[in-house]
Amino acid sequence: MSTLAREPFTVLWLQSGGCGGCTMSLLCAEAPDLAATLASANIRFLWHPTLSEETGDEAIALFEAVLAGEVRLDALCIEGALLRGPNGTGRFHTLAGTDTATIDWARRLAAVAEHVVAVGTCAAYGGVTAAGVNPADACGLQYDGRRPGGALGAAFRSRSGLPVVNVAGCPTHPNWVTETLMLLASDLMRAEDLDSYGRPRFYADHLVHHGCPRNEYYEYKASAEKMSDLGCMMEHLGCLGTQAHADCNTRLWNGEGSCTRGGHACINCTAPEFEEPGHAFLETPKIGGIPVGLPTDMPKAWFIALSSLAKAATPDRLRRNATADHVLTPPAVRDIRKR
Amino acid sequence: MSTETKRLVVGPFNRVEGDLEVRLDVADGEVRQAFVNSPLFRGFERILEGRDPRDALVIAPRICGICSVSQSHAAALALAGLEGIAPTDNGRVATNLILATENVADHLTHFHVFFMPDFARAIYEDRPWFATAARRFKAAQGESVRRALATRATLLHVMGLLAGRWPHTLAIQPGGVAKGADARDQMRLIATLGAVRADLEERLYGAPLERVAEIADVAELEAWRQAGPDGDFRLFLEIAADLDLARLGRAHDRFLSYGAYALDEGRLYTGGTFANGRAKGLDPAAITEDHSFARMEGREAPHPPFEGSTFPDGADETGYTWCKAPRLSGLPFETGAFARQVVAGHPLARDLAAREGANVRARVVGRLVETARTLIAMEGWVRQLHPGAPWCAQGAMPQSGRAFGLTEAARGALGHWMVVEKGRIARYQIIAPTTWNFSPRDAVGQPGPLETALVGAPIRQGETTPVSVQHIVRSFDPCMVCTVH
Repeated sequence: MSTLAREPFTVLWLQSGGCGGCTMSLLCAEAPDLAATLASANIRFLWHPTLSEETGDEAIALFEAVLAGEVRLDALCIEGALLRGPNGTGRFHTLAGTDTATIDWARRLAAVAEHVVAVGTCAAYGGVTAAGVNPADACGLQYDGRRPGGALGAAFRSRSGLPVVNVAGCPTHPNWVTETLMLLASDLMRAEDLDSYGRPRFYADHLVHHGCPRNEYYEYKASAEKMSDLGCMMEHLGCLGTQAHADCNTRLWNGEGSCTRGGHACINCTAPEFEEPGHAFLETPKIGGIPVGLPTDMPKAWFIALSSLAKAATPDRLRRNATADHVLTPPAVRDIRKR
Repeated sequence: MSTETKRLVVGPFNRVEGDLEVRLDVADGEVRQAFVNSPLFRGFERILEGRDPRDALVIAPRICGICSVSQSHAAALALAGLEGIAPTDNGRVATNLILATENVADHLTHFHVFFMPDFARAIYEDRPWFATAARRFKAAQGESVRRALATRATLLHVMGLLAGRWPHTLAIQPGGVAKGADARDQMRLIATLGAVRADLEERLYGAPLERVAEIADVAELEAWRQAGPDGDFRLFLEIAADLDLARLGRAHDRFLSYGAYALDEGRLYTGGTFANGRAKGLDPAAITEDHSFARMEGREAPHPPFEGSTFPDGADETGYTWCKAPRLSGLPFETGAFARQVVAGHPLARDLAAREGANVRARVVGRLVETARTLIAMEGWVRQLHPGAPWCAQGAMPQSGRAFGLTEAARGALGHWMVVEKGRIARYQIIAPTTWNFSPRDAVGQPGPLETALVGAPIRQGETTPVSVQHIVRSFDPCMVCTVH
């Protein structure tokens, strides 16, 4: 497939009520790096707040040219929640130099964009910016938490006919973003390639649990009891890896990391309303000693039966190592002739 | 000459972290007055109220994607204060490594991606260094920009190894870190830092890190400019000399640092203040925030952070920013890498401060010297990790109490003040580095450091987004999302 003959796939990227972390993560793209990845797919940033030369008036002139239809916009990427406050004015975030609420810019630009992409859980659903009392009345582009709606409304479809593509994650993995843009640029993303929360299924059809190096501890319910322990973090330390939709433990971050590899719980940051789990993030809520949130697709009775069996069968090695911060008992080395 | 005052509103300011608008009163080709506006309010301090105190480790880092670890560290320090615990030796060293990685990554991002591309703009086409600057620093495309991003990605493998991922790791805990390192991790860390050192020595400095760290005074810096090794550092010094960046962007010359990187014997960079040629200790009880020109309720008196509040007043007409005005003993202070090196007593930083104060050149030199010093320290820390010794001390959260956590982000002094009642966060106040630097005026009319630094900035004929203003703003390495949080 030759991309050279085609016009470049143009991207305009705006940030609103977020932390910029998805962009900072995007710059971690490796093998190939961001510039090479985008070039290979003939994707060009018209403007990006971190990367572009144009500032001030030059940037505003570009936005106006897009609105006037003088510059084609293939994908509008919004990073950060959309702020409706105070009192529906949106003035908790005005786009600098324009005295106009950023949520209004987002709505106007979304109307002329071929595709609209929410980069990160804030832009998708509101995210941490919408947590607690939600002081800024933050929401996502097409969701307000779990509820369809948000800044653009549930019925919104971009010119391509797709709803907002929700590249959820807090932050997003750099490759989730580049692969989404590449699929859109190649005209290979359909509505059925998004899951029920609008997330691209190429990463949302996986669970964080897949590929977690603590899987052996999980199998035997050999649990970590405190931070820095090696055991499974589901039973006591709030880990939601068995329920979280993402490929973090098979794709990996920053070379070879993931949250569970870093010794801390998966907090399910690709999910709407992950910011309000209803309990402390690093603590597993239980009723009668049984975790309230059980693995996706697992009937409760089976889980209870299997976990009590597994606990009874836990090898001593795993029992000991689960509550230590380094391997106390390595796997036995067998004489290979005795198979 | 006309003495008519014109008003310029500059924004959106890209290549800074977050959103910034600057209002300028301009007359006779220079800035007469500047008003700095942080146009984004999210309200993290309020979001934190009512939560389990430990949730601060999840919420607070998400204030900022560029310095999430610093935010996490400040929260962990406040929690450690509440729990009355200290990190294990391994936990302390690993925390230093994680924090230093973010700070060095920030310095690299700032210099290559945010600051230098301005010298590759067409406005400088007639300068002798332009062709080189354009080749290396054209926004997003320059050779050095792309190499630096690759090096940064490599450096951030330290996060993959020790913290799980970056940004928004939960690895830093009140008692240390959530993940221990083993022998292979230690070797991977050595390899990773070695690759970063090699690239910086080849491309950025053209010399060993140690030579940069040892530049002792302005004369040696000048010698580096004239006859030093070829590299982006020297290119910057040439540009700075040609454009006289040492005379651009001077603020109050009062410097603040909380001190960075806890060691056995103190801190790698000691904290305190430096003003009027003297270094002094720091009394956190002398810190207050003034709301006079912030769009915040509570204008009648300055707020000590334990009693502070964050109630936005969207209808207010006097306020021109969502940013509060932090003051130490009633005075504005500048914070950042240059301030940190001045306070810590680095000879070059002290000499620069004595001769010309803080300015665009000094702030950038401060960052580049600190980058070299910090990387050298990191290599030593990796060798201090002890697989097999404990990584995380355990504590218990009291039902009530108050504590603060003070740390250094790349761009300066960061503090969290937490009050816990009935097992919940009753009050949380955050003062970020850019809140200090980009503070608005206060009750007695004192402008913040950037507002002061912009006065006198030259405006060229017809400029609407003056390039001198851009150099000054970016020299602070602002982080606007942190400013108001």
